[in-house]
Amino acid sequence: MNVRTQVLLWAAQRVSAAVLAVCVLVHLVTIIYAVRNGLSAAEILGRTRGNAAWAAFYVLFVAAVAVHAPIGLRSALAESFNWRGRGLDIAVLALAVALAVLGLRAVYAVFT
Amino acid sequence: MATLRVSVWRGQESGRFQEFEVPRQESQSVLDVVTHIQRALDPTLAYRFSCRVGMCGSCAMTVNGRARWTCRTHVDKVAVDGRLEIAPLSNLPVVKDLVTDMTLFFDKWARARGRFRGARTRRDDFERVPPDSAARRLADAAIECIGCGVCYSACDVVAWNPDYLGPAALNRAWTLVNDARDTDNRARLAAVAGDAGCHACHTHMSCSERCPKQLSPTASIAGLKRATALAALKGEF
Repeated sequence: MNVRTQVLLWAAQRVSAAVLAVCVLVHLVTIIYAVRNGLSAAEILGRTRGNAAWAAFYVLFVAAVAVHAPIGLRSALAESFNWRGRGLDIAVLALAVALAVLGLRAVYAVFT
Repeated sequence: MATLRVSVWRGQESGRFQEFEVPRQESQSVLDVVTHIQRALDPTLAYRFSCRVGMCGSCAMTVNGRARWTCRTHVDKVAVDGRLEIAPLSNLPVVKDLVTDMTLFFDKWARARGRFRGARTRRDDFERVPPDSAARRLADAAIECIGCGVCYSACDVVAWNPDYLGPAALNRAWTLVNDARDTDNRARLAAVAGDAGCHACHTHMSCSERCPKQLSPTASIAGLKRATALAALKGEF
């Protein structure tokens, strides 16, 4: 991986961290608010089904996670296990795709 | 007379601590202790020093687990129950006893393009650099490094990533990035970016905590992160 890409990954992780700071806060406040009268699947689906605003919020959340976590894991694996190079880059890219697919699938499931 | 019990590393990468008893003296520095051992107790002890007054940066060692310059470290401040443990700097190969091989440390300064490169010749007039300009102030804040290697020894990232340039080399690069006379910044920013450069820093700040000159390589590295990210976004490397 060339140096420019490494720097852009660093920048992407910083930007995604800023997005996550807001998303995690909104998500936690929503959880606390949502369980005030008990928690049920019907209540969650009642809030999310057909609601484009919540869908857009969680698409953004999933995208930020899919960008942030693999980049951080790439550094952690390199520093902890001395795993570097193309194999590591492909592995964390696969993780990014998996996080995005699973997350977007979940968002779609509660939207429709 | 009161004595200090001193454990000193003997050998190379593999070795052991050897115990010495050293007379305690007023205003005694850790370098005084090591010098006493070599001159009075065991002349085969290898250690490195030069100026003895905190200018040359050659006497850094690990004292009771922390990298320090030994000439300006008073025994009073570091001895625990009359005991000292003195070892070579971490993150560098050991040549013998307390002497480390600094080759890689200084090679990384070269890799970070830590050499000034100007455009003027001796026939040109001096460049006028206003002392209160923003760039000059940033360079001033980082310029007093004496290359002792304490920050490099204290850095976790160097231990985890042997290719990492380290705090001292990056701090040097930052002074040149802020030098209005230097003409090599484009190549320098490319040299200090990425996984082996400033972006590997986790901002643990051990370098700033341990620097005997009270510099903040962490701040210099943060500056490099911003400058290199901007250059990468502009496609300059």
